[in-house]
Amino acid sequence: MTATEKLIDGTGGWFDDRLRGAQITRTWLRKIFPDHWSFLLGEIALYSFVVLLLTGTFLSLFFQPSMTDVVYHGSYTPLDGVHMSQAYASTLDISFDVRGGLLMRQIHHWAAILFVAAIMVHLLRVFFTGAFRKPRELNWLIGLTMWVLAFTEGLFGYSLPDDLLSGTGLRILEGVLLSIPLVGTYVTFFLFGGEFPGHDIIPRLYVIHILLIPGLLLALITAHLLLMWHQKHTQMPGKARTDANVVGQPFYPYFMAKTGAWFLFIFGVTALLSTFAQTNPIWIYGPYNPSGISAGSQPDFYMGFLEGALRMWPSWHWNVGGYSFAFSVFLPAFLPLGLIITGLAVWPFVEQWITGDRREHHVNDRPRNAPTRTAIGMAGVTFYGILWLEGANDVVARFLNISLYLTTEIARYAIFIGPVVAYWVTKRICLGLQRKDNVLLEHGVETGIIRQLPSGEYTELTKPVSEHMRAVLEARATRPQIEAPAGDDEVPAPSARSAMGRLRVSLNRVLTESIPLPIGNGHGNGHGAEPPAVTAGDTHSDGAERDGGDGAGA
Amino acid sequence: MSETQPSQDLPQEDGHQSRAPHRVIGTPPPAQARRVLAEEPGTTTPESPRELPASPANPAKAKTAERIVAALFILSMLASIGFIAAYVGLEVHSVDATLRSNLALGLSMSVAFLAVAAGATIWVRNIMPDVEQIEERHTLASTEKQRAAFKKTFTEGAEASGFVKRPLLRRTLIAASVPLAVAPLVILRDMGPLPGTSLRHTVWRKGMRMVVYGPNTPLRAADFSIPGQMITVAPEGYTENQDVLAKAVTIIIKFAPGVLVPNRPGQPGTIMNWTVDNIVAYSKICTHVGCPVALYEQTTHRILCPCHQSTFDATNGAQILFGPAPRPLPQLPIGTDADGFLIATSDFHEPIGPAFWELG
Amino acid sequence: MSWITALRRRPAAGYAVVLLGLVTIGVGYGALTTSGSPASAASPGTVSPQTIAQGQELFVRSCATCHGIDARGTAQAPSLVGVGAAAVDFQMSTGRMPAKDVGAQMDRKPVTFTPAQIHAVAEYVASLGGGPAVPSAAQVSTSGANTALGQNLFITDCAQCHNFDGAGGALTNGKYAPALTESTPKQIYEAMLTGPEAMPVFSDTTITPAQKRDIIAYITRLRAEPNPGGFSLGRIGPVTEGIVGFIGGIGVLVFLAMWITMKRRKS
Repeated sequence: MTATEKLIDGTGGWFDDRLRGAQITRTWLRKIFPDHWSFLLGEIALYSFVVLLLTGTFLSLFFQPSMTDVVYHGSYTPLDGVHMSQAYASTLDISFDVRGGLLMRQIHHWAAILFVAAIMVHLLRVFFTGAFRKPRELNWLIGLTMWVLAFTEGLFGYSLPDDLLSGTGLRILEGVLLSIPLVGTYVTFFLFGGEFPGHDIIPRLYVIHILLIPGLLLALITAHLLLMWHQKHTQMPGKARTDANVVGQPFYPYFMAKTGAWFLFIFGVTALLSTFAQTNPIWIYGPYNPSGISAGSQPDFYMGFLEGALRMWPSWHWNVGGYSFAFSVFLPAFLPLGLIITGLAVWPFVEQWITGDRREHHVNDRPRNAPTRTAIGMAGVTFYGILWLEGANDVVARFLNISLYLTTEIARYAIFIGPVVAYWVTKRICLGLQRKDNVLLEHGVETGIIRQLPSGEYTELTKPVSEHMRAVLEARATRPQIEAPAGDDEVPAPSARSAMGRLRVSLNRVLTESIPLPIGNGHGNGHGAEPPAVTAGDTHSDGAERDGGDGAGA
Repeated sequence: MSETQPSQDLPQEDGHQSRAPHRVIGTPPPAQARRVLAEEPGTTTPESPRELPASPANPAKAKTAERIVAALFILSMLASIGFIAAYVGLEVHSVDATLRSNLALGLSMSVAFLAVAAGATIWVRNIMPDVEQIEERHTLASTEKQRAAFKKTFTEGAEASGFVKRPLLRRTLIAASVPLAVAPLVILRDMGPLPGTSLRHTVWRKGMRMVVYGPNTPLRAADFSIPGQMITVAPEGYTENQDVLAKAVTIIIKFAPGVLVPNRPGQPGTIMNWTVDNIVAYSKICTHVGCPVALYEQTTHRILCPCHQSTFDATNGAQILFGPAPRPLPQLPIGTDADGFLIATSDFHEPIGPAFWELG
Repeated sequence: MSWITALRRRPAAGYAVVLLGLVTIGVGYGALTTSGSPASAASPGTVSPQTIAQGQELFVRSCATCHGIDARGTAQAPSLVGVGAAAVDFQMSTGRMPAKDVGAQMDRKPVTFTPAQIHAVAEYVASLGGGPAVPSAAQVSTSGANTALGQNLFITDCAQCHNFDGAGGALTNGKYAPALTESTPKQIYEAMLTGPEAMPVFSDTTITPAQKRDIIAYITRLRAEPNPGGFSLGRIGPVTEGIVGFIGGIGVLVFLAMWITMKRRKS
């Protein structure tokens, strides 16, 4: 008997006597995980969160979340004798008087940047591949919630050292809260414990930052992962990959090793950034003082789009009956954020309504095969991106020598024109790529070998695409089109007669626009018979019923 | 111990028969894919074909890879030891020392992590045999039978609980929980005072001297006499109080005669009664969202806020030229006292800073 | 064949040539366009009639076209009567004057006069109407300065234009507050004293000479300081950090992810 087997019998047996875990654990060990580089983006967020927890714990042993005024006499001599809060002073101590303190601070900050950046690229991957479709709508909503929590957590975290840059951000937060109609002044006074800056905001943000939001995030991450485990991960189209299977490598030992390596890569790259790229140098910013401000003040990148909205808005306000509506504060602070989050949240359901597609989807779309969805996504990215760029408009003006006001004027127009142009351009690119795929399917791959025929003509030899490539190229899932009446004498389906029904039909046409596969190419990707067109009457088509076994579907 | 498989009756060295299952050593199957459905879920016998091959296809390449991975793991070990040595050996307490310490600790930590990561990746790719396996999915929806069973159990329980059939119970339970749910919100009331009228006033009062913020020394009008001068001032005695400064901090600007545009009915401008000797005082708190608005361009007389680029005309009562601010900067009435020092002659005549609901 | 010919036939040869060309142009351009070197302190020297005469001669030759033969200004340039030697010394020692391109504002550029010549012109202009004098070396010395007070004053009255690190900032209509990386202590003093172009004036009666020295001490201390956390990324904060985070962080990780999940070639 080998050492492994002795261990399983011994230790494993001890646990199994108490838990009856052999069967279920074996199922988990054999679970298949599909492979694609874009599936590792969400894990960047997950492991960055772990790094944040570890470094955050270290920092919390030294940080003092107090706004009590102290005079600094530590190792950073340019600030010797300066009045500052204890929070700021303890951050200076961590940076210059605790060994490894600066490294931990920097790893914590870079990990936070990577955390939110990874969530965003992961979100885009899920959107563009359609992985939010049934049965994953719930996970999509959980993910969106985590995105909002993540950038809130980052905002509160970098405000803790009470330096001039982040303190300006808190001042802006106060101004935004004040603008809320009816309750603005009350919300502000309750949050800050009175007037700005007061003595309560840093300790309160500390509690929210180290306890409340991490707790919520841990719970949501657990739910997110459990759902993904239970429903199994999606897979990219390819040979033998269908909506009814998962193709890849087993969890044990393959995926465990790969995800372990990935965690260490993420920690390593974060550490490398923290060694060579200085971040959040609060000693340069100086302690917060409400009478001081710097040119080129920006929040961390994930708040940039809100900052841009504030800069771009014209001076709109309305005073009536002794009350003020500060539209130029309230609207930019809440409207773009609300549009983006709401738009993303309802999209799976809107798409389902438009397409009438209620099947489970486990094979991802290639973005080019969903041209309208991809184009809408790029329009959204452009909208977000213009707001984000405007948030840095004074830096852009300074270093690219563009007049300051001109950057804002351009942004005010670009915010409308940009997404429209992005939609159109992206859609045309996707349709073009689909046509290119058709050419590959019909004519095969160029080999570069030229042959001269006896007649003197030159031809290039092509060879047919490989089986795997063929499966990938043909994965242009037929979207059921909602039937519309063919002619004037046909009676439309009942639900297509109302205004909503007609809207749905026309949206369906736009959303399902796609270049059809070339004639002669059957559905070699394992989807089975072509699904019937779904009528406007919505049938429940879920594929063949299978025996669920004894319920151990994991 | 859990049930073991029936053992092979092979004689052991000590003559006893082993009760543990023996590994079946078979030839690796030609096909790598395996199907789960063929077996009863959760069980396997030692005689089943291998699901995972024991060794990779190219042993020579795997051997080379093994050496590379081992070297990487040893490198990582050395880097981790280096990390501990750097921590113990390198002090901080100055900017230069912190730089060295950060570089040493960060580099050793990065190498330690990245070397293991790279080693593990090469291990998976080159030493573990290449497999591709298929697992069938089960439809996620439960069967009709399962759903019906659930429905039956749940409704039976609901009926047995009496919750559905007894409205008096149900309604009084809800009535009991409503104030209980509201109570946790109510007890947050003491998080802060009510705003009252505090946002409408600052500490500036008639006769209060202005001090140059920083040195905190009072300033004579005669010492502020060159057109184009600008400085930040604060109320005397309050320069250490950030809550006061957050509303009361003010900028004063000196103009040449004839440049300031006086306030007229129907045409807002600078209120000349509130100036002294062409020195005008404006609130430094931007009326947009509260950043200090201090960027003064001497040549264009513009006051620019660096946060969101609200621009105010300093000659013309800080009227808005560009940007999102909703109203001009409030002007502080100033004068001089008997010794010629600049003083405020009253508080601001309107609330400073960002607009709020009750602003009016 | 010669070794050059052999090398030329390699597939990477084309790329190498392009790279060599780019590097040559870049290094050459960088060497040719030095940004204004900080002029050494114009020695106060003596103020003799000869100095003033020499200054007038230089003035007529190089400045009068825009500032008028009597320095009372023309449509193109303001009057210099009363601006003082300090203003002239600042503008000329940073290379801003004589102006070449009349744009939104004058940029720092290579100096065209020797310190003695600048001193002469400065004294000539001062003789026309007085104004702030060039500060002496003792006046701009930072030994014993109070950097804590300097930090406070800098953040309150300077950083809103020049940025907390002195990296400079945007003003309206194409103007900008320049970076403070190359200014000498004397130039910083003179700029505060004379308020060049859009910069406000901070006279000695408002910010005393000692306080000016504190500000200079803080600025020079800060810009000489190493960056303990690694490369500074420009010290302008979250904008460059975000760029590095996405390109250096996520970008690098995406390549690593591709390596981990790449299909193995059949060996």
